[in-house]
Amino acid sequence: MTTVTTDTITVIPDAPPASRPAVSDRARRERRLGLWLSSPSFVVMVLVTAYPLGYALFLSLFSYNLTDPSAREFVGLSNYSTILTDSVWWKDFTTTLAITAVSVAVELVLGFGMAFVMYRILRGRSLVRTAILVPYGIVTVVSAFVWRYAFATESGFVNGLFGLGDYSWFGHRWSSIFVIMVSEIWKTTPFVSLLLLAGLVQVPEDLQEAAKVDGASAWQRLWKITLPNMKAAIMVALLFRTLDAWRIFDNPFVMTGGANDTETLSFLAYRQNVSLVNLGMGSAVSVLLFLSIVVIAFVFVKGFKTDLSQVRGDN
Amino acid sequence: MKTHRGWTIAGVVILLYSAIPLLWMLSLSFKSPSEIAAGKKGFLPTSATFDNYRTVFDNSLFTRALVNSIGVAVIATLVSVVIAMFASYAIARLEFPYKKLLLSMALAIAMFPQAALIGPLFNMWRSIGLYDTWPGLIIPYLTFALPLSIWTMSAFFRQIPWEMEQAAQIDGATPWQAFRKVIVPLAAPGVFTTAILTFFFCWNDFLFSISLTSTDRARTVPAALAFFQGASNFESPITAIMAAAVVVTIPVVIMVLLFQRRIVAGLTSGAVKG
Repeated sequence: MTTVTTDTITVIPDAPPASRPAVSDRARRERRLGLWLSSPSFVVMVLVTAYPLGYALFLSLFSYNLTDPSAREFVGLSNYSTILTDSVWWKDFTTTLAITAVSVAVELVLGFGMAFVMYRILRGRSLVRTAILVPYGIVTVVSAFVWRYAFATESGFVNGLFGLGDYSWFGHRWSSIFVIMVSEIWKTTPFVSLLLLAGLVQVPEDLQEAAKVDGASAWQRLWKITLPNMKAAIMVALLFRTLDAWRIFDNPFVMTGGANDTETLSFLAYRQNVSLVNLGMGSAVSVLLFLSIVVIAFVFVKGFKTDLSQVRGDN
Repeated sequence: MKTHRGWTIAGVVILLYSAIPLLWMLSLSFKSPSEIAAGKKGFLPTSATFDNYRTVFDNSLFTRALVNSIGVAVIATLVSVVIAMFASYAIARLEFPYKKLLLSMALAIAMFPQAALIGPLFNMWRSIGLYDTWPGLIIPYLTFALPLSIWTMSAFFRQIPWEMEQAAQIDGATPWQAFRKVIVPLAAPGVFTTAILTFFFCWNDFLFSISLTSTDRARTVPAALAFFQGASNFESPITAIMAAAVVVTIPVVIMVLLFQRRIVAGLTSGAVKG
């Protein structure tokens, strides 16, 4: 667009002084149109996030429970100190951290395997891609119920399949967390594998051939050529999935209801705000949850140098 | 030849990965509650029954939730796609200030912890009368669906050869004809794919639905499932919940079967260049 206009200007030698205001006029109109077209998106996104977040920040400084709204009282930062010194917060933090770290790691490895299969398979490629999209599209709550009933002592086939008798998966903390991770991994690995597949197809095939000729083993080619060339796709998948897993809520809610210390941070925010209507304390949890996400995103962007222009944007 | 067969076997493993939990869901939905009570835990039902489907469709809690789910998800998807279409056009074609800000804001909101908002929203919605209503759900869905819509669609729009619009006008088409006959057909697949992904997103929501609704006036299926008790208090609700789960999974499976190629393109083009 812009190149076309500048081209026409340079063709006419004495035009520049006259056409300069015309160009900027055009640019101004373009800018105005751009702002108009994007303003609805701006408004909707800011209104429902920035304002409530500011409100949460404000409420977090009060002792405020809807069961007794008149007793609202300014307490400064004491909600934060209460939360950060409470073992519930740290237990939930550990649970969330464990689920995030293990799920994302397994998803990356499994997702890479799936991407590789989809890349190499000749017969039934589109069938495999179709099949993989079903877990991606399925409602998380449905996945949670399906896996819960598969592991449950009274209804599940898993114990019978592995000869575990009446082992109570939901009776212990880490076995419950394991089942939650199974559901999480099953549903989201397909998304990871599709992102990785997009990166995989961009790895230059001639590099692979050259390395093969030079006698590199399949393992060496994977580590020295394939993976380094997919770095952008891997980092994007890692960033998205880490932030997503950190917000996990549906699976623990449906599968355990938070029993046996399986509550996550999002679950804690829900429980404080909605179940207990303890809005002062709940808002402080919300703010801390928000800050934890900011820290993770910051570590990825600055620490791991994840190139977010790869995600979309300024190219 | 040997490696070729190896990849095919690996493909079959992936098929099983997707299929087994789905088959398990189907199987449970055809078991009778008494079979669960009798402790028969086999993968397949000993005798198949449609009773669970009858139970859920006779239950107004479920049918209302289904109507709510469809209504809320469809409206939120349509509005989100229209609003995002304007923004994506601007991003793909125009030079304007705050373009980077818009994109980074969309990115930030995609990463935003929704659970941090439910407290304030719960309180605000109650005071302005949006609690337990369709708009009360549609508004937060819109906010969180917009980033997804904007990325996916602007990625598609960047690939459109916009010069063809001018070419058509030079060939004598009016601006409207050029837009309708050239641009609309080129942009439609991207818009459509974005709509599918946005619909999946809204269809999936659970957190807002359980936090911002309290009755079947606006409660969607995922939230209703969490509260569902079965045909009577004396029966296991497992089989009925699975029948309801099958019902909400059907639209997903149909869309995946029909639009597999587009969904893959949409998922990857929005996230990684290429």
